[in-house]
Amino acid sequence: MDGMDATQIKIKEFLSRFFKSHDLQPDEDIFALGFVNSLLAMQLVAFVEKEFGIQVEDADLDLDNFRSIRAISSLVARKTGAPAPA
Amino acid sequence: MKLELTAAQRAARAEFRAFAAAEILPHAGRWDREAALPRTVIDALRERRYLGSNVPVEHGGVGRDMIDYGLLTEEIARGCSSVRSLLTVHDMVAHAVLRWGSPAQRQRWLPALARGEVLAALALSEPNAGSDAKSVETIAVDAGDGWVLDGRKKWTTFGQLAGLFLVLAQCDGQPTAFLVERESPGLAVRPLQGVWGTRASMLAELTFAGCRVPRESLLGRIGFGLSHVVAAALEHGRYSVAWGAVGIGQACLDACRRYTAERRQFGVPLADHQLIRRMLTDMIVDVRAARLLCLRAGWLRDQRDPGAFMETMAAKYFASTMAVRAANDAVQIHGANGVSDDYPVGRYLRDAKVTEIIEGSTQIQQITLPLFDFQEL
Ligand SMILES: Cc1cc2nc3c(=O)[nH]c(=O)nc-3n(C[C@H](O)[C@H](O)[C@H](O)COP(=O)(O)OP(=O)(O)OC[C@H]3O[C@@H](n4cnc5c(N)ncnc54)[C@H](O)[C@@H]3O)c2cc1C
Repeated sequence: MDGMDATQIKIKEFLSRFFKSHDLQPDEDIFALGFVNSLLAMQLVAFVEKEFGIQVEDADLDLDNFRSIRAISSLVARKTGAPAPA
Repeated sequence: MKLELTAAQRAARAEFRAFAAAEILPHAGRWDREAALPRTVIDALRERRYLGSNVPVEHGGVGRDMIDYGLLTEEIARGCSSVRSLLTVHDMVAHAVLRWGSPAQRQRWLPALARGEVLAALALSEPNAGSDAKSVETIAVDAGDGWVLDGRKKWTTFGQLAGLFLVLAQCDGQPTAFLVERESPGLAVRPLQGVWGTRASMLAELTFAGCRVPRESLLGRIGFGLSHVVAAALEHGRYSVAWGAVGIGQACLDACRRYTAERRQFGVPLADHQLIRRMLTDMIVDVRAARLLCLRAGWLRDQRDPGAFMETMAAKYFASTMAVRAANDAVQIHGANGVSDDYPVGRYLRDAKVTEIIEGSTQIQQITLPLFDFQEL
C-alpha cells in the first residue's frame, strides 16, 4: 500500500472485500472494474459514514466522488475539513 | 453479549401486541375478504404514531429505533399482513426521503409522513420491469421549470390511498427518483383488483401521461435513483418484510397451538400425534431463528454498520421462506378447515407467499447473498 495515507488504506481494505484477488490501485476506476451494484453502492456510503464520521448527502451523489480510492478519500477530506490527500 | 430485550423494549412490544389484539386481529379476516382497509384502522395507526415511526424527532417524528420498529412490525403482521404492508411502503418512502432528501424535501415531507397526514407509496414496478428494476420504461424529461413523466406503474401497494409516490423513471437513460404528488396533472390512479396475497393492501396501477411535476420533485441526483434512493427504500423494505414474515410465522404458531389442542382425532388431541408435533417443532424453531436474524439485522442497522445490508437480506430471505413453510404446515395441520375462510391460516399462506416475491424475490436474494458474505458474527 505504498504511498497511501491511513484513510486510503482503510478504503482499500473495505473495497478489497468486493474486488477479491485484485490489488486495487489508488486511482483505479472501480466502476470500470464492474460489480458496483446498488448493494455495494449503499454499503460504501454506510462504510465511509461510519468509518470517518461524516454524513454523505444528496449533494455528494456524484460518481466522481466514489470512482476510486483517491476520489473517496478526497470526499472524506472535504467533509471532515482535513487537508486534501496527495 | 446479552441476547434479550430491555424492559423498555418488552413494554413497547406489550403495547404493540395489545393494539393489534384490539384493533387488528378481530377484523383482519373481513378486511381480507373485502380487499380493503377501513379508514378507522389507518386513523388508529396514525393516532398511535405507528406510521413513519422511524422519522427522527428533529424531523417531526417519534424516532423509534430499528428494534422497536421490528417488534411493532411483527405484532402488526401477526394480526394482518395488509396493515403491515401499509407500514412497509409508507416507511420505505419516509426512509428514502430521510436518507437522500434535500433539506427542503425533508422539511416538506418528513413531518407530514411521520404524522401520517400523507400516506406514501413506492412506484417502482411496471408491467415489463420487476426484478430488473433498472429497466423501468417510465421516462422523465427535463422541461426547464420541472419534469414531465410518461409511463405506467403496476402493483403499487396502497396506491389507492397514497398522496405521495416515490417513482423511479429514466432520465436520459439513467434511473432517477422523483417524489410525485397524487394531484399532479397527468397522473391517473386506478385500483388493481384480483390480487390474492395481502389482499387488503389496496394496490393500484398508475399512468403518467405528460405528468408535470415541479423541479424540486427530483429526489437524490440524476442516475442515483436506483443505486441509492430506491436502494435505501428497498433496504428498509426488506427489513420490514422480514419482520412481517416473522409475524406471519408466529400467527401460524398461535393458530396451530389452539387448533391442535381442540381438534381430536383417533381419540386424542391432534397435538398428541407425533407427526403433528414435528411440524410444530419446525415452526417454533424456524420462527425463533428468523426473529434472531431480524434482531441482529436491526441491531446492525441501528449501529449504521455497513454489514447491515447483508444481514438484512439474510433475514428477509430466511424469514420469508420460513413463513411460507410455516403457513403451508399450518394449513396442513388444520386439514379441510385450513382451506376454509373460517380459519385464518389460508390467509397466512397467501400473505406469506407475497413476502417471497416483494423487496427482492427469493431468487434475487439467492443470487445476491453469496456476493456479500464477508461478515463474521
Ligand atoms: C402483493 C404485491 C405487492 C407489491 N407492491 C409493490 C409496490 O408497492 N411497489 C412496487 O414497485 N412493486 C410492488 N410489487 C411488485 C414486486 O416488487 C414485484 O413483483 C417483484 O419485484 C418481482 O417482479 P415481477 O413480479 O415482475 O417478477 P419477475 O421479475 O418477472 O420474476 C419472475 C420470476 O423469475 C424470477 N427471477 C427474476 N430474475 C431472476 C434471475 N436473475 N435469476 C433467477 N430468477 C429470477 C423471480 O424470482 C420470480 O420468481 C408488489 C407485488 C405484489 C405481489
